[in-house]
Amino acid sequence: MTAAVQDTLAMLVRHQRNFLRQPIWLVFALTQPMFWLLLYSQLFRRIIDLPGFDTDSYVQFLAPGVVVMTAFFGAVWSGMAMIDDLDRGVVPRFLATRAHPGSLVVSQVLHAAIISIVQTVIILGTAWLLGARVERGVAGWLVITVVAALVGAGFAGISHGIALIVRREEPLIAILNFFGLPLTFISATLIAETLMPGWMQWAARFNPVNWGVVAAREMSSLDTDWGRVGLYTGLLLAFVALASALATRAFGVYRKTL
Amino acid sequence: MAAIEVEGLEKTYPKGVRALDGVGFSVAEGEVFGLLGPNGAGKSTTVKILATLSTLDAGTARVAGYDVVREAGAVRRSIGYVPQASGVDVHATGRENILLQGRVQRVPPGELRRRMDELLETFGLGDFADRIVRTYSGGMKRRLDVAMGLVHRPVVLFLDEPTTGLDPEARAAMWEELERLAGEEQLTILLTTHYLEEADRLAKRVAIVSRGRVVVDGPPDQLKRRLLGDAVTVELAGGDATAAAAVVERLGVVEETVTDGRHLRARVEHGAQAVPGILSALEASGIAVASVTVARPSLDDVYLHFTGRDFRSEDEAGSAR
Repeated sequence: MTAAVQDTLAMLVRHQRNFLRQPIWLVFALTQPMFWLLLYSQLFRRIIDLPGFDTDSYVQFLAPGVVVMTAFFGAVWSGMAMIDDLDRGVVPRFLATRAHPGSLVVSQVLHAAIISIVQTVIILGTAWLLGARVERGVAGWLVITVVAALVGAGFAGISHGIALIVRREEPLIAILNFFGLPLTFISATLIAETLMPGWMQWAARFNPVNWGVVAAREMSSLDTDWGRVGLYTGLLLAFVALASALATRAFGVYRKTL
Repeated sequence: MAAIEVEGLEKTYPKGVRALDGVGFSVAEGEVFGLLGPNGAGKSTTVKILATLSTLDAGTARVAGYDVVREAGAVRRSIGYVPQASGVDVHATGRENILLQGRVQRVPPGELRRRMDELLETFGLGDFADRIVRTYSGGMKRRLDVAMGLVHRPVVLFLDEPTTGLDPEARAAMWEELERLAGEEQLTILLTTHYLEEADRLAKRVAIVSRGRVVVDGPPDQLKRRLLGDAVTVELAGGDATAAAAVVERLGVVEETVTDGRHLRARVEHGAQAVPGILSALEASGIAVASVTVARPSLDDVYLHFTGRDFRSEDEAGSAR
């Protein structure tokens, strides 16, 4: 057990170090969420005039949505790193060592979760400068961060699972592109739930992105519905468990091809 | 005790590709053993099974005394595996690569530092230890590969195509490194290659692998002795070489002929002396010759002799798969 944890940490250090070494990635990962927050809050500024928004600031409404959207988009692409490792023979090399095989996937998922956490702090900080407040204070920041980490971990697990099955960049890109935007739009990320068509509201109930957005938004307003926060955080936990099972299964499939 | 013992190894991939069809060989402790064959022959699959990466369908394999299926953990502790696709993290430095490899191989930290410095020094990477691997040359990267495989002092080292893709200079340098390693006591090395000269130079014994089977094994000298003579290749000005083969065979000096379109390949004891006779016989039969070459036996000829198949077309068919 301790060996598995040690291996995972050693691999995690590797991912983080490599990430920090690629300045272009770093710049994009850090500035993109700020950019989204500024862009969308300007583009849809007048949207709050519609009935259904119980706020007078769209940034206030948008910030938790951008937090979850950023975690989602960052994580879905994380499987590209696995393809790189497969192509370069890094995974086979480690499989022939005493390294715990699970550490290869778990470390990637943790890496994605940690990036989501850092991005969350940056977005909430930027939103604060723009006048948006997490009304639930410390508890709010904490829950929103956990929610973002869960969304990041879950989708990273799925992305790595697909990567291990298709093992090539092109199909991975096609699959992720296909699901990326719809999952964002079939959610309350940019717009109040009540303004979505009925069927979309229904579909959104099965969308982990939406679970994250709803839980995060509840924590940034004063009349928090704790039941919803609990429900959706729990669902996200289940989602992470399911995604991990999928990734583990995919790893098994990959090993059979060796 | 044999360091590696393989018997009746069979493996079919999920998509139905039959990779191994009863591979068997044995490697003595401290020996350098070469698996020689074209792409797709089953060399890499054999190594992957021995390195516990891949599962086997039938047969048994023991490495360093441990069964690769039932005692996979013990096997991993005892082996170093250098895959064909390298496996070095190109975004990390040489030092970081060795450190991570050592950590997951459970080398104690103090020992790891000493071992790392020693490996960086012996593989001539000392000055580049803190540079990102992406900036390394192909030869440097491959030397780092091998160094990583040795970090935990394994008793068996697997090298899958150690010099494929290297330029001739880097290949020669790598051969020197491997010769030095081969001199080290108690390290058993199994290398796969499709260069005859590589197997010839490094391996004490080789096994020729073709279509998932070991066709023949023995010391390279012995294999070559069974293949005396030169290879004479005749290129015709046009038409098919089948008729030419019949003419040449009638001369009585030829041991073996193979045709491939306009090309006729013949094995004769003294190539240079046989050429005039071959040419005049072809001329007498009205067959026009474009060129003739005489060469010492190559891997093609060894392979051809023992498998009855052409190495290059097998190699191409194997890579196309």
